[in-house]
Amino acid sequence: MEPGEIHALLGENGAGKSTLMNVLYGLLQPDEGEILVDGAPVRIKGPGDAIKVGIGMVHQHFMLVPVFSVAENVMLGAEPARGGFIDHAGAVKLVREVSERYGLPLDPNAIIEDLPIGIQQRVEIVKALTREVDLLILDEPTAVLTPQETDELLQVMRGLKAAGKSIVFITHKLREVKAVADRITVIRRGRTVGTADPTAPESELAELMVGRSVVLEVPKDEAAPGAPVLEVSGLVVADDREHRAVDGVDLVVRGGEVLGIAGVQGNGQTELVESIMGLRPSRAGSVHLNGEPITTWHTRDVLRAGVGYVPEDRSVDGLVKEFSIAENLVLDLYRSAPFGGRFSLDLDAIDAQAEQKIAEFDVRTQSAHQPVGALSGGNQQKVIVAREMSRPLQLLIAAQPTRGVDVGSIEFIHSRIVAERDRGAAVLVVSSELDEVVALADRVAVMYRGRVLAIVAPDTPRETLGLLMAGIDPNSSSSTPAGSGAGEQEPRGEGMSHGEAAS
Amino acid sequence: MSAVTTSTMDAELAVPEAYWTRARKTGAVMTGLGLLATILFGALASSENARFALGETVQGAGFDIPGNVGAIFFGLVALVAGLVLLFTGRHFGILTGVALMGFIISALCWQMSVSPVSHTMPLGFIAAATFTAAIPLIFGSLGGVLCERSGVVNVAIEGQLLTGAFFGALFGTVTGSFWLGLLAAAVGGLLLSAILAVFAIRYLVDQVVVGIVLNVFAGGLTAFFYEQVMRPDTDAYNFPGKVPSWPIPVLSEIPILGPALFNGNIFSYGSLIAVAVVTIALFRTRWGLRTRAVGEHPAAADTVGIRVLGLRYLNVLLAGLVAGFGGAYFSMLSTTGFSKYMVSGAGFIALAAMIFGRWHPVGAFFASLFFGFFGALTGFLNSISSPIPSQFLSMLPYVATIFAVAGLVGRVRAPAADGKPYIKG
Repeated sequence: MEPGEIHALLGENGAGKSTLMNVLYGLLQPDEGEILVDGAPVRIKGPGDAIKVGIGMVHQHFMLVPVFSVAENVMLGAEPARGGFIDHAGAVKLVREVSERYGLPLDPNAIIEDLPIGIQQRVEIVKALTREVDLLILDEPTAVLTPQETDELLQVMRGLKAAGKSIVFITHKLREVKAVADRITVIRRGRTVGTADPTAPESELAELMVGRSVVLEVPKDEAAPGAPVLEVSGLVVADDREHRAVDGVDLVVRGGEVLGIAGVQGNGQTELVESIMGLRPSRAGSVHLNGEPITTWHTRDVLRAGVGYVPEDRSVDGLVKEFSIAENLVLDLYRSAPFGGRFSLDLDAIDAQAEQKIAEFDVRTQSAHQPVGALSGGNQQKVIVAREMSRPLQLLIAAQPTRGVDVGSIEFIHSRIVAERDRGAAVLVVSSELDEVVALADRVAVMYRGRVLAIVAPDTPRETLGLLMAGIDPNSSSSTPAGSGAGEQEPRGEGMSHGEAAS
Repeated sequence: MSAVTTSTMDAELAVPEAYWTRARKTGAVMTGLGLLATILFGALASSENARFALGETVQGAGFDIPGNVGAIFFGLVALVAGLVLLFTGRHFGILTGVALMGFIISALCWQMSVSPVSHTMPLGFIAAATFTAAIPLIFGSLGGVLCERSGVVNVAIEGQLLTGAFFGALFGTVTGSFWLGLLAAAVGGLLLSAILAVFAIRYLVDQVVVGIVLNVFAGGLTAFFYEQVMRPDTDAYNFPGKVPSWPIPVLSEIPILGPALFNGNIFSYGSLIAVAVVTIALFRTRWGLRTRAVGEHPAAADTVGIRVLGLRYLNVLLAGLVAGFGGAYFSMLSTTGFSKYMVSGAGFIALAAMIFGRWHPVGAFFASLFFGFFGALTGFLNSISSPIPSQFLSMLPYVATIFAVAGLVGRVRAPAADGKPYIKG
């Protein structure tokens, strides 16, 4: 690293970027090798040592105490004190000073949990800057931001660079790297596989990252939408804090089409899906499956009616990690023939089913009796997909279907989703990866603050999608045909116009 | 950006609330209590005067009210407060308090007017008894606050109090010094807490399980030594000196509160000082900020160079120190010394007081007084030979605990990392 340089660390999920940086920051200890700061080897035993040698880090999951104020979070660990008591006014002043010097406006007395994600990240950066660090590590800082917030962050990074700070920028998004980095190091499977200039073409960087060329597009034919399968109208759902997470959503998904829901995480996607599945009660509105109201159905009945569900967090909702692959494959079917009788399970039938699914879905494992938790993320996801597709589906709901999954598995899972569509099922895909939504969907619904802001075609320019994800509707005055941009003003009707808008 | 940010804040819309909020439900319950008091207590009470005396004895100035009038009047107070709460759903805290007080006073008017022994309630005595009963709860709940604010669940308060009581009596007698006994009590609590710390922090054992085991362990061990050592030779091993009394001139003469607060000893003054010190330390010092950070988000504390585990050890040990000190109250307040299982559940009430007080030292203090008040009331009703069976009266604080912890405080937010061991990486 040179002073005043932005060095991008590029690599896929699980390539070892975060691990490397956690070692630098003293959260993990190296097994071998050494770290040099200004030419001298240092031993960093903990974050305290890292701060001492001038290394600061903004973590992917923010290291902020939610119930503390901005000032309290910033000073934590290096509190200004007078006579043993904390000098709170001094801390507030310090936050003001630093945030003004670097152009990062903050209210020192605001409570963290009341602040939007983008501002919380700003607090993290200010926190590092008050510790007079020379090297700032940003671990996947853009994963939680809207495109506009991302642009702003990139601007902040340029400002810090101008102020003489060095930055390690960890990401797997090529666009951002090209926009801001001075030098790029690509990491794959824990090794440096190359360095590149930011002028290198994206495809070359991508190849370095995954070791072969990536197909960002999912091969698929034109959709042939049939009758509406899932109809959601006026749905209101509360989140755990009793806020309106879903605030009057109207959606129609037809058989034989993929509706993608794009949006920054935390805009109601999770609650919408959970409500459709009967996992979270709705407060108003209705959900119909093939014309039948399922709003208040129990999850088991929803599944039985032919709905497949790939939950967004497989380790919490999708799998029982300690159970074997075979057991996980019948979690929803163990009650019915051929797997279960009145009192007992037919273990042979379960094993046979497991062998067949493992082969069909290319699950890489030594045996069907391995605990599912021992598999890689991609293979775990394949187990879920295999299970959900083992019943004849009317509707497939896939939330973050490829999060933390390797490229090979991504392609496989995408192709299975498209195959389900071509078989005539309605598919609802929710993803915070815009690329994934655009690649899979026949229509894209953008969610913002609990509402569907617009339903657009997947070939809509990225800038437009980005603005929509930030809650700004570029077409709100001059609406496109059939009012596709006016999801929130739309009267609670059939939502039919959405259906025609994009196809 | 700023426009987006603002709209983000504005749009934190609350979901329309259901009609039956917590306040309304409580209002309904209070209305029922008020109705019960007005009709039942009013009918049962006699027309004899019920007298509330201001001093510590039944003599002196006071208020008189005919029992049946008082029972009906205060029953109506409770009824009206309950109805207002039921229909408006607002001013939850005040109205609940008024309704409960109305109900209790109505019940007292009835009991006092029909008592064959005495029609007078000495308020000064009740206040003093309330505070006296609250003292061990204050120390215990402060121990809980210190421990849990750093993220370690402390259900071992009972054991810490008991160990403190045992050590205090034993070493107070052996050394012949009350003050050395008090020191030993604090060390005893600390030793028991050290076991909790090592198992919870170092070996990641479930903290509730360790806590319960420690309570049983402390009970068994002290009972064993009591039988083997103390009982055979009480004078040599279980005869600690009585706590010196330190009345403060003038202030102790104030009606009602004077005798309670200013005619005390090391335990009563100590409990007030401890509440103040813990409050200031927790919210105004480095140690306090770091303790709270470690209890809410240990990883965040770790990444700014705070030694999470070290701080947790320190706080768990401090908790034992405070609770052990408070435990000496049981065996060293009078000359009766230690007896088996003498803490008899106070540690668990202290735990409830901590939760009731929302993990805040001042909250825990008032919650302790609340529980202490029920204790004092039980004692008073016993003393006037209330027809209500004394076992039922002794139940009152525990019933109050259940209501307090489950219902009245609503959903309380514990420190986010409470009970969760911190593992690096």
